[in-house]
Amino acid sequence: MSDHKTMTLTLIVWRQKSATDPGKFETYTAKNITSHHSFLEMLDCVNEDLINDDKEPIVFDHDCREGICGMCSQVINGKPHGGQERTTVCQLHMRKFKDGDTIYIEPWRARAFPIVKDLIVDRAALDTIIQAGGYTSCHTGGVPDGNAVMIPKPIAEEATDAAECIGCGACVAGCPNGAAMLFTGAKVSQLALLPQGRPEAAARVLKMTAAASDCGFGNCTNHYECGAVCPKGVDVKFIARMNREFLKAQFA
Amino acid sequence: MQFTSSSIGRKILMAITGQAMVLFAVVHLLGNSSIFGWLTGGINAYAEHLHSLPLPIIIGFRLALLALVCVHIWFGIQLTLENRDARTQEYAVKSTQKTTFASENMIWTGSLIALFLVYHLLHFTFQIVSPETAALSNLVPLHNEMVPNVLGMVVTGFKNVFVSLIYVGAMVALFLHLSHGIQSFFQTMGWSNDRSQPLIIRLGTLVALGLFLGYVTIPLTIFAGILKG
Repeated sequence: MSDHKTMTLTLIVWRQKSATDPGKFETYTAKNITSHHSFLEMLDCVNEDLINDDKEPIVFDHDCREGICGMCSQVINGKPHGGQERTTVCQLHMRKFKDGDTIYIEPWRARAFPIVKDLIVDRAALDTIIQAGGYTSCHTGGVPDGNAVMIPKPIAEEATDAAECIGCGACVAGCPNGAAMLFTGAKVSQLALLPQGRPEAAARVLKMTAAASDCGFGNCTNHYECGAVCPKGVDVKFIARMNREFLKAQFA
Repeated sequence: MQFTSSSIGRKILMAITGQAMVLFAVVHLLGNSSIFGWLTGGINAYAEHLHSLPLPIIIGFRLALLALVCVHIWFGIQLTLENRDARTQEYAVKSTQKTTFASENMIWTGSLIALFLVYHLLHFTFQIVSPETAALSNLVPLHNEMVPNVLGMVVTGFKNVFVSLIYVGAMVALFLHLSHGIQSFFQTMGWSNDRSQPLIIRLGTLVALGLFLGYVTIPLTIFAGILKG
């Protein structure tokens, strides 16, 4: 078995001390990496070496490390989350790389996501979009009995597909326009599809899309790059649904 | 937020004006194809038919087209500048998965088409590019009337290799622009979903290809000497 084989990789990593620092690429060597390491574990190993050498470790976001929290955010070789279909960086494993590979690691790049340090960006703008209307405020009373609110299964499934969004921001990072339309579209659709979300659907889509523009996100030009890089496979059909909701809202 | 200042509102205006121009391009091609003789009297008869329409209709139609072009260009430039601004820094490694050459270069293919339109209007509408072949000053008989010789103007024009190249080049830009633009319209209007979108993308490219082939046939057959004046 090749389990005992280790890899040596060259990492070219974006280092930036603060939001105002211009930042630059630094080259590091990742040694003794096995195919079982996850990408973040590989970075942990590199950071251990850096700390032992009295150097600043590479700063990156992570939390659950099981692909559901939406914290990890790295553009690996030009692809948000590394380009493996429906995979977050933490779920990407080193078996996808070969010994001797050179790997570029960059932060999400968008005006609305200012870099905090190295690979960490401030994604508060996504929260601002949610705060603008990504909720329901109608009184729903106590918890209804299961199945008391009738929702056809295809509708429930579609809403759940939209709700799969973990808010990682890969759609923005992948979009050549730095637009947050897949994120906004997923949130708008998830609520608009369900009876609890319908009463405020028109106001919601207007407020949320306006908030996205105010935050400095770009405009959608239908490249569909967002859907391709989404680690949860959120489909660009939700952008179409948001556009439809937006048009309907003009007459509401 | 106003419709015309919102992100999706402007995108919808781009889509509707763009699609209206696609419809014009289809009708324009059908009209131009009379040069191949399916209409008695050919393109001269077709041109004469258009020019004999009541003046308010002609002026109204031209103004409407101009308005479409202006709205499309205005918002196109505005949105492109905003989008450049929203992505402050490019990645060191560029590796896109769905973005196409056509979708990325809409502003440039659009600009080329706009420049071409100016030339095309000066050439065949205002006829000041080569006044000696201007249809308006070279009348030919048709059904006992003297009408402008559009056929002669077009054929002499396309006999020139540079003129033919300009037209074919512009149609390449048009094909690229529409291969992204037509399918984009359906997504923007919210008329597509995961099942219909692959089909819409293919059909959009097919329509763009059809327009490209239809339009380039005219200069190519003239230049090759197949279509004679």
